[in-house]
Parts: sequence; C-alpha cells; structure tokens
Amino acid sequence: MEQPLPSTNIGASVLAALGESVSDTRVFRDEVTLFVVKEHVSEVLQYLRDVEKFDMLTDETCVDYLPREPRFGIIYQLYSMPRNIRVRVKVMLSENDRSIQSAYPVYRSANWLEREIYDLFGIMFVGHPDLRRIMMPPGWEGHPLLKEHPVKVEEVAFSFNRERVMADKPRAQE
Amino acid sequence: MSVAEPRFHIEESPKNVVSAADTQLDITFDQLKKLVTPRALTGDTMLLNMGPQHPSTHGVLRLLLELDGETVLSCIPDIGFLHTGIEKTAESKTYTKAIVVTDRIDYLAPMICNLAYVGAVEKLVGVDVPLRAQYIRVILSELTRMNSHLVWLGTHALDIGAMSMFLYTFRERELLLDIFELVSGTRMMSSYFRVGGLWRDAPDSFADAVRRVLKVFPARLLEYENLLKENPLWRERTIGIGVISKEDAVAYGMTGPSLRGSGVNYDVRKAAPYSSYDHFDFSVPLGAHGDVYDRYRCRMEEFYQSLKIIEQALDKLPPGPVITDDRKIAPPPKHEIAYSMESLIHHFKLWTEGFRAPEGEVYHAVESGKGEFGVYISSDGGPRPRRVHFRAPSLCNLQALPQMSKGYLIADIVGIVGSVDIVLGEVDR
Repeated sequence: MEQPLPSTNIGASVLAALGESVSDTRVFRDEVTLFVVKEHVSEVLQYLRDVEKFDMLTDETCVDYLPREPRFGIIYQLYSMPRNIRVRVKVMLSENDRSIQSAYPVYRSANWLEREIYDLFGIMFVGHPDLRRIMMPPGWEGHPLLKEHPVKVEEVAFSFNRERVMADKPRAQE
Repeated sequence: MSVAEPRFHIEESPKNVVSAADTQLDITFDQLKKLVTPRALTGDTMLLNMGPQHPSTHGVLRLLLELDGETVLSCIPDIGFLHTGIEKTAESKTYTKAIVVTDRIDYLAPMICNLAYVGAVEKLVGVDVPLRAQYIRVILSELTRMNSHLVWLGTHALDIGAMSMFLYTFRERELLLDIFELVSGTRMMSSYFRVGGLWRDAPDSFADAVRRVLKVFPARLLEYENLLKENPLWRERTIGIGVISKEDAVAYGMTGPSLRGSGVNYDVRKAAPYSSYDHFDFSVPLGAHGDVYDRYRCRMEEFYQSLKIIEQALDKLPPGPVITDDRKIAPPPKHEIAYSMESLIHHFKLWTEGFRAPEGEVYHAVESGKGEFGVYISSDGGPRPRRVHFRAPSLCNLQALPQMSKGYLIADIVGIVGSVDIVLGEVDR
C-alpha cells in the first residue's frame, strides 16, 4: 500500500477484515481500487454488500491488457447508497484461464453485464444462470472487444450474400 | 352440469412440443427450461414473439412472452439488434474524436452522453473547466433531459392509447432542438462539449431562446397534466401496474426516475455533484409505490425541477472563457495560429496526434434522463484509451423488466416498457 486511502472513502477496517483476499490497493483521482484475488471474489463481494453496505453493483466490465500478463481485468463498480461512496473491485485474469466466479448470486444486476462480458471478451462466469450471447447475433464467431480483433467494416450478411461475406470476414489475428 | 374437459395434460403428453429453435434465440433447450415455466415446453402456455419491429418497443427490442391466456408468466428480452460497437470504435479514436460516437449512445439525450464522456476524460487528465462552460453545460444538460422526457412522455402515452400527447410533446421538442441547433449547428448529434469546456461560446441569442422555453413550458406542462394526470383511463392503465419494490430495484441496478419511482432517493446530481450542480437549488421527486404511474409522476416533476435549474443557471451565468487555456488539451484560437509558432505546434499536435492521458482508470457518472450514465476509461498513457466502457442506465433498467412484467396482462407490457424509458441505442451500444 503506497498511498493512504482517503478518509471519505473505504477505510482500513475493510482491508483488515478482508485480509489476504485483497492483494493490492490503488488510489487514482480519489477513486479506490481493491485488487482482489480471483478465488475470493465472491466472498469479497458478499462482505462488501452485507457488512460495508455496498448495495448496488452499478457496473461490471472487462479490460484487455494485451500484451500484459495477467491479461484481463474484471472491474466491479460498487456503490453504497446509505454511505454515498464508491469503490472499484478489480480481479486480474490470466490469458490461459478465462473464467471467474459469477457475481450474480450476490448482485442480480450482474446478470446482463456478465453476459455482455462473456459475449464481447469470452470470459466464462461460473455459476451464472443464463450465460449466452447478448449483443452479437447468434452464430457470430469470436469476441469483438479482444485486442486482437481488428476494427474493420464488415458487410451485413443476408441469405443471398452470406457465403461471400463469410469468406472475407475480418477475423482475429493469430 | 358437465365439467369442461381439461384441454391438455402434462401427464398425458410428456413429450415437449416446443423446441429451442422455435424461440429464434441463441439458446439451448436446457437454458430455455430455466427461463420459462414447465408448462411452456408442453405447449400448454403460449410463447408469443413481440418485436423487434413492434412500434411500442421503442426501437428494436424483442420480447419473448410466455402467456397463459392474457397473463404474462415470463418475459425474455432479446437485445443487441442495434449493437454498433461504440466501445470498440472509441478505443481506436483519440480522446477528442471519440466525442462524436458518444452522441449516438443515447440519441435522445446526446449532450448528457457528451458530458459524461468529457467529464471522465477531464477527470483522467486532470483539467479544470471554466465556470461559464460548466453553467452552459448544466443548462444544455437540463434542456436535454427535458428533450428526453418529452420523447418518453409522447411515446409512452401513445403506447397506452393517448394519441394526441405525442403531437403536443413533439411540438415542444422543436423549441429545444432549435436551441441545440443554435449552439452546435445540429439538432440531434450535437457534439458540442469538448474536453476542457465547449466547442465555442453560445451565441448572443442563446439566453433569449432559453428564456422563451422557460416562459412557454409551464403552460404546456399544465396542458400535459390536464390530459393525463387525473384521466381515469390513464390511471386505470398505470396505477398498480409493473410494480417493483425498493429492494428489487436496487438489486437490479436500476437508476434514475425508474428507481426513484420506487421511493429510493438516489440522484447522481445530488450524490456526487458534477459540473457545478451543487450551485443550484433543486429537489429530487420521489414516488412511493414503484408502479408505472409513480414513474410517470417522477418524470413529470423532473420537468419543473429542470426548469428551476435552468432559470438559476441562466441568471447566474458568469462571463468569461468557455474552454480551458491549457494548450496541451484544448486547441488555441484560430487567429493565434497566424502569428504564434507555439500555437501552430499545439494545433498541429492536437489534430494529428491528440493529447496523452496519464496511465490509470477513472469512472465518472452523470445523471442522464434515464438514470446513472457512467463512463469508465482505462488509459495506457497514450493518445487513445485502452478501453472505454459506457454504463448504460437503460440496460440495467431493462434487466428488471421480466421481474416487473410477471403476472400482468399482455396489454400492460407496452405500458411497463414505456415506463422504464429505454433507448435501444444505449442498451445495445
């Protein structure tokens, strides 16, 4: 821990209670990020919700840190309505193990947010009740928000031009 | 007296007559089983498709409804028809150039999306915005909120059957769009806010145009209230429909008027004031029952609060610059380029490369017409963000739709969808 946590924000008691589950903390622009060990994410979220009163998961998303390793960061933005503070929980995932416990049992709002991450990044959420694509059409191959996926214009495939479009479809680089 | 023969027995027909392919969803049979009641699989209840071209789904929302007669047993929303890869696009553009894609997220409230995005970038690079720019941003955000609410009110009433409402609200919307055109040159995709301030100062006629809105609106709002507020048909169709409790609303991550309709006092403008919202006096309207009517009341009251904020901001509007003088962030005035080498270099660097943001990550939230609109930016220290994520309030609000619609009639679905006030551009991004 390099910097002290701002007093208005999440206190040292949290760090003491969570112990080894939190591997690191970071403060940037007055925003607190807790780096949580992947295995303990469910317990940490449960603790933050029940004891620290972070009652709302406002956002959950993923960042692709290619070429860094661990490659993926799953970001949970938590908000406590009674205390009016925010905290960010971050879990790093390695390139070879793209799966994590689902936050759905703790926060119901994680349902579609995790489906979106699964769709766009290909991260598997263990224990998610309804994990399937949400944004991309059925049968679409790949995960578009991965860094190796090119930004290109893709012609819309209809039944009459499907074969030709699929033949020169931009694919993720190897 | 004869007893009517049961039409269908599960025991008699153990074979499932519904297949996963029938749903036209990207779904396996096991997944489908979790989303509908067992009766649906035997054909005892009806699976009915609604949308994506249905006029009262506000765009391209598709709902798969399981019906027992007219009663909705389960509702499976299917989204993604308007997915345009805005987040991916924003990754490949410089911070300034990505402002134009934020207009397209919530196309009914583009200025608020702009504000959230530039606010996040300003937080990331650490730049101060001049007070005049902040006030003009507040005025335009509130006008945008009214614009968003007008479209909601018109279409919501239209869905339920009050046709004339739509014509009135779109008449008033023109007043607002004229102001957007006045300041930015465009009616909808304004892109008027820049990192560090505004594109240029509002023209002299801006204040008069806004005063005209302040003058005209109270009477027009009264007109809307006369049409709907005590209307027995309207009340019949909205009171006690689509109820969601406080706890459920928070658990689903609902925000904005949809959350406040359930009586939860959460407004980002009050909780974490941005762009000098703490300089203005306004209140947050709350509902009590969490039904369609209370959500409608919350939004209607917000019109008055928006007018109140605009009036205060316009009265207190200070003179001064509208964009930061930090030349590393904002381009120099055009005339300076002619005689200052420094300015020329800054101009060139900004338009060829853009500015660099320090490495780090920020989350900045604003209160949009729909709820908490958040922007998460992760920067790797370069001129382009590593990742931009938009926390869309419509997505989270729409998530609660299956919970809200369970047990109501199919005719209520249009009312419930309307009361959540979704914009599919924002849901799908």
